[in-house]
Amino acid sequence: MVLTVFLIIRLHNLFAVVMLSGIYSLLAATFFVVVDGVDVAFTEAAVGAGISTVLMLGALSLTTQHEKVAARSTWVPLAVVAVTGAALVYGTLDMPNYGDPDAPIHNHVAPRYIEDSLKETSVPNMVTAVLASYRGYDTLGEVTVIFTAGVGVLLLLVRVTGRRREEDEDAA
Amino acid sequence: MEWPGLYNYWIVIFLMMAGLYVVMARANLIKKMVGLSVFQASVFIFYLTMGKVAGGTAPIVIPGNPVYSNPLPHVLILTAIVVGVATLAMGLALIVRINEAYGTIEEDEIDAQEHDS
Amino acid sequence: MSHHLVVRVIAKLLIPFILLFGLYVQFHGDFGPGGGFQAGVIFAAAFVLYALVYGLENARRIIPDKYIRMGTALGVLIFAGTGVAAMLLGANYLDYSVLAHDPPHGQHLGIFVVEFGVGLTVASVMVAIFFAFAGRGHKIDEMED
Repeated sequence: MVLTVFLIIRLHNLFAVVMLSGIYSLLAATFFVVVDGVDVAFTEAAVGAGISTVLMLGALSLTTQHEKVAARSTWVPLAVVAVTGAALVYGTLDMPNYGDPDAPIHNHVAPRYIEDSLKETSVPNMVTAVLASYRGYDTLGEVTVIFTAGVGVLLLLVRVTGRRREEDEDAA
Repeated sequence: MEWPGLYNYWIVIFLMMAGLYVVMARANLIKKMVGLSVFQASVFIFYLTMGKVAGGTAPIVIPGNPVYSNPLPHVLILTAIVVGVATLAMGLALIVRINEAYGTIEEDEIDAQEHDS
Repeated sequence: MSHHLVVRVIAKLLIPFILLFGLYVQFHGDFGPGGGFQAGVIFAAAFVLYALVYGLENARRIIPDKYIRMGTALGVLIFAGTGVAAMLLGANYLDYSVLAHDPPHGQHLGIFVVEFGVGLTVASVMVAIFFAFAGRGHKIDEMED
């Protein structure tokens, strides 16, 4: 993954960059399987490596394939990144170890989801149960965001004229 | 601190900073979007590594009494991924329109055109 | 891409299975990994594949823009409507326990319906976005303004 990211930074051919970002997503998906996020891995593989690569290629076909090498200085961003990174690493020193079962995150609402979700919802997949039932509002909001993004893309990209504009307003 | 300790956070921070660097240092708008998705994926990894319990299994109820990983980060990230692709599409749509209006997707050139007019 | 015979045949073979897999993921999401978000994307991927191989116009003929746009709104409405239905039956908004004779069954039913709404919205939005990007290319070729 680290190598892929290096290449994304270095390459100037946008087609290669988009392909690498697809590979990056796929690697992320395999990593999610390792840390037990099977649902998330599934989504990342389908969305990150599939749909978003296709969308980026679509955008490339409408714009240009080659990035112009910018003459701007890279020192300022590098310095900002180094300082921010150092601050974040300093912040992690207080974090619980990887896989620590006593971490605060595992002692809040998670035990209830794990112990009661089958009894309360009769759905064995806890992720689905939490997604649709316990955090139903959250998911409703996310779906609305997706809907809004879809409407936004249609407004930006679909050229409507005359009679079809009336139809669109009806549909919206 | 015993292995694996905190190294997962450091990988996340490296990926995150790489994404941030791309967004700041590159003028090409599509490359900026790629940088943003790298950044985004690093946040996903951060959440999921926090949810992992050593020796745990995927949070789907199975017979026996296994240790499950924390399902909550999975839920949050699951929706975030799909919302991420929707916003990515939105950004790309804006880039396509910018390309039509200015004939370029390089930030510097757009700036130059704005100052000329 | 429509002139490659191999691609056309393989796509025709694959698409039914992709759709079937999408349905499986949608309705088996309660028991294994899966659910509305993933199923929607997989479903959309089938249509995207069809549009890539057989051309955008043919894909538009199979699933007209009007239905896609209706689908996006309908999915959100199903989700929100489930909440309203629960409210009408005397519970809190999006509390599915009252939808069936006992709470666990009600929850299961509610999750099922809500996931269907999610899947519908995600699939239609993804297809709509792809069609918007792909359709843009054709219009640039024509150069109408």
